[in-house]
Amino acid sequence: MAKPVILSQHLPLRWLGVLPFFAFAFLFLILPTLYIVIGAFRTPQGGFTFDNIIGLNTPTILNAYWLSIKISFWSALLGCVIGFAMAAAITVGNTAKGLRNPLMTFSGVASNFAGVPLAFAFIATVGPAGIITLYLRTEFGINLRAYGWNLLSAWGLIVTYLFFQIPLMILIITPALDGLKREWREAAAILGATGPQYWRMIGFPILLPSILGTMALLFANAFGAVATAIALTGPQLNIAPILLFSQIRGDVLGNPNLGYALAFGMIVITGLANAVYIWLRARSERWLK
Amino acid sequence: MSRIFAWGALLTGITFFLLPLYGMTDFSLRMRRGVYSLDAYRAVLADPQFQATFGYSVIMALFTIAFGILLVVPTAYWVRLKMPELRPVVEFITLLPLVIPAIVIVFGYIRLYNTSSWLPLTGSAMGTNILLMFGYATLALPYMYRAVDTGLRTIDVGTLTEAAQSLGAGWGTILSRIILPNVLGAVLSGAFLTFAIVIGEFTMAALLNRPAFGPYMQILGANRAYEPSALAVIAFAITWACMGLIQLVTRFSKHERAKA
Amino acid sequence: MSFLTLTHLEKTFGQNRVVKDFSLDIDRGEFISLLGPSGCGKTTVLRMIAGFEQPTAGGITIDGKDVTALAANSRNIGMMFQAYALFPNMTVADNVAFGLKVKGAPKAEREARVAEMLALIGLADLGGRYPFQLSGGQQQRVALARALAPRPSVLLLDEPLSALDAKVRVSLRNQIRQIQQDLGITTIFVTHDQEEAMSISDRIVVMNGGVADQVGAPFEIYNRPTTKFVANFVGTLNTFEVEVADAASGRVMLAGQGLTLPNAPLAARTGEKLSVALRPEALRLGRLPDAEALLTAQVTDVHFMGSVIRVKADLAGAAVSLDTFNRPDTPPPVVGSAVEVSLSGRDFILLQA
Repeated sequence: MAKPVILSQHLPLRWLGVLPFFAFAFLFLILPTLYIVIGAFRTPQGGFTFDNIIGLNTPTILNAYWLSIKISFWSALLGCVIGFAMAAAITVGNTAKGLRNPLMTFSGVASNFAGVPLAFAFIATVGPAGIITLYLRTEFGINLRAYGWNLLSAWGLIVTYLFFQIPLMILIITPALDGLKREWREAAAILGATGPQYWRMIGFPILLPSILGTMALLFANAFGAVATAIALTGPQLNIAPILLFSQIRGDVLGNPNLGYALAFGMIVITGLANAVYIWLRARSERWLK
Repeated sequence: MSRIFAWGALLTGITFFLLPLYGMTDFSLRMRRGVYSLDAYRAVLADPQFQATFGYSVIMALFTIAFGILLVVPTAYWVRLKMPELRPVVEFITLLPLVIPAIVIVFGYIRLYNTSSWLPLTGSAMGTNILLMFGYATLALPYMYRAVDTGLRTIDVGTLTEAAQSLGAGWGTILSRIILPNVLGAVLSGAFLTFAIVIGEFTMAALLNRPAFGPYMQILGANRAYEPSALAVIAFAITWACMGLIQLVTRFSKHERAKA
Repeated sequence: MSFLTLTHLEKTFGQNRVVKDFSLDIDRGEFISLLGPSGCGKTTVLRMIAGFEQPTAGGITIDGKDVTALAANSRNIGMMFQAYALFPNMTVADNVAFGLKVKGAPKAEREARVAEMLALIGLADLGGRYPFQLSGGQQQRVALARALAPRPSVLLLDEPLSALDAKVRVSLRNQIRQIQQDLGITTIFVTHDQEEAMSISDRIVVMNGGVADQVGAPFEIYNRPTTKFVANFVGTLNTFEVEVADAASGRVMLAGQGLTLPNAPLAARTGEKLSVALRPEALRLGRLPDAEALLTAQVTDVHFMGSVIRVKADLAGAAVSLDTFNRPDTPPPVVGSAVEVSLSGRDFILLQA
């Protein structure tokens, strides 16, 4: 007992233990982010200005943000819905319990299989010269392109992102589904509730905070993804992270401080998504401590 | 009714997962016209650029893992033992990289640590390597911290520390001889995950202009037809291996604990 | 005619026959306990009545209607669970109103019924709270109110008291019994606690290995157990070996003293050994005029438990427990001392194997 007591009397010594972490986090996480945020409100000479933020108001940049938000939102929403359905299938009831372990393991792999190679996999499969594309054309005369399918487009990106979004949802929501007690289901049933009534009034509300949290995470995940988009479409698809990538590489906007504003906008959007999540979560979690 | 729905969801999802895997594998074997062959793999593996960039990324991953362990294990331990009031703050910080896009962080690095700044890391190749390693450590922070913290939860940190202190051990000994071996499974899980993240990372390496595996894959993808699929298969195999190793160490450390 | 009838119920899980040929008739308004050790099948019987498990064979009739094939949500049964099972995302009032809500009862009716139920369990002010803000005992009372609110025809209680502290357990047990009697609702209570079962029930079904060993009122089960299992499971038992002196009249010898057993004529023949048992309270300290025999015992241990003093002693070669009431003017016996013990043949219990 003696030593810890003596140590805690010297208050600064306690802080020494966490100093490396805070120094690292400050220098390589917080300070760079702050630098971008402050840069967004500065003139090249160092004065304060709103011009950079106002400068974002061009059709190109607004379209880039809007397309990014749409892609992120839809890939997050579809990822949540499909992932939830699959997770429910392997947990609730007695369907397909044997698939649980293989699916969880696969989800661990697939949720980390992102970036450039993921794009290659989809190009090889449903790209313009992909295996499935060609197969459908030669064997069935179905031209995917004629049906509006184009991998090198926003929807192509959404479908590709789903390859890691769905597994991520499965990984996060499965433990939450396990947390639904059998007694709740039974209590609801004996009180006369049907299966859908149980899900609407009990199961779903209890899971809602987890679902919302995952949704916000998936949104940020898709919103910041650069590698898959660049490998899939090259620099031409006009979404925020690709625009920022080009800006950092070659100042395509012709104004370095506009680049800060563009990055700042991205932080604001992912931040807002998380704020919405925290707000909704607080509402749906009144019944927890 | 709900059974049909469950199976429908599962089959749809599994088909969606399997198709691209099948597609890339099939495509990667079609380099030689008319027959399946491993030519694409031969071409990739023989490419000196592949060897150089892959080697570079492996080394970067190893350094990132070493740095991550040195940073995260003592911090997580210290917060659990002495400063539980800091837990929310530390957890919040470790989750930030999931919210702030990597491209924004590296953008900050480029402007903050350029040649004319107080810490001109991007001025030299070694400096940029170090900066990239810090960037990777940031990306891996959420996973590493969570893994280690979960590992620490299963052991009684306070009692172990007091027992070691009563036997005259110092902080270094406690961390390296007592705490680390007890959370080794968790640390290894974090390490393999870090490896999987770093090995194919594109954005940071590309923007810092380092010859890493991620940018190499992207350039190859823009110029070749069959080799990218071979690379995708290789990358998928590496990811699978990392996750498999995580499962293995988790099972092993659980087994060890059960024996103890 | 009985209100709830179980006929030849069977339940098999894989190779495991958990409930074997279980039949029971329960009257309207009766309070029945299913008592037994874990794994005896009592919970499975309850879950079959609730509709959570489908019987492998046999039938269940409630109020003349065969419900065997009916889903749980159309049986109109109320149930309390061991772990409360309140819906954590709903307030106390919403929990209680749940059954009426899913049946489509109008809001005014629901509110009136919730108020009535909360008043019944004595938690009228806590309707707006969430379950996590309540103590275990309060949560279980809410669970009772929730189960009763839709006016079920049968109330099932699945070890509802086992998660609670000893004090709360007793007071809630009494409250459940009180409410059950006031409402006159047919109730089946599953427990492994024999004291609980005896204090609360009209009849007890002692279960062992998937079958009902004995069915009877608590007094009967305790004083006239028909099997060795029931005798051992319900209450404490002292067993002795006696020698049959005269099988026809039930005369036996214990440590040189003659006793007359109540079950004459005995199945055993004269001269054979016989195994008999006595409840601790049938061994009485001191020399009592109405006793048939008087023996001397060596005190080995004394537990002072308040109103009762439990003495362990060696008596006629057997280690026995005997209970005596505390009296302020009489100090408890001293360990190592010899005491006189009075006993009578009519108190003996003859056990089937």
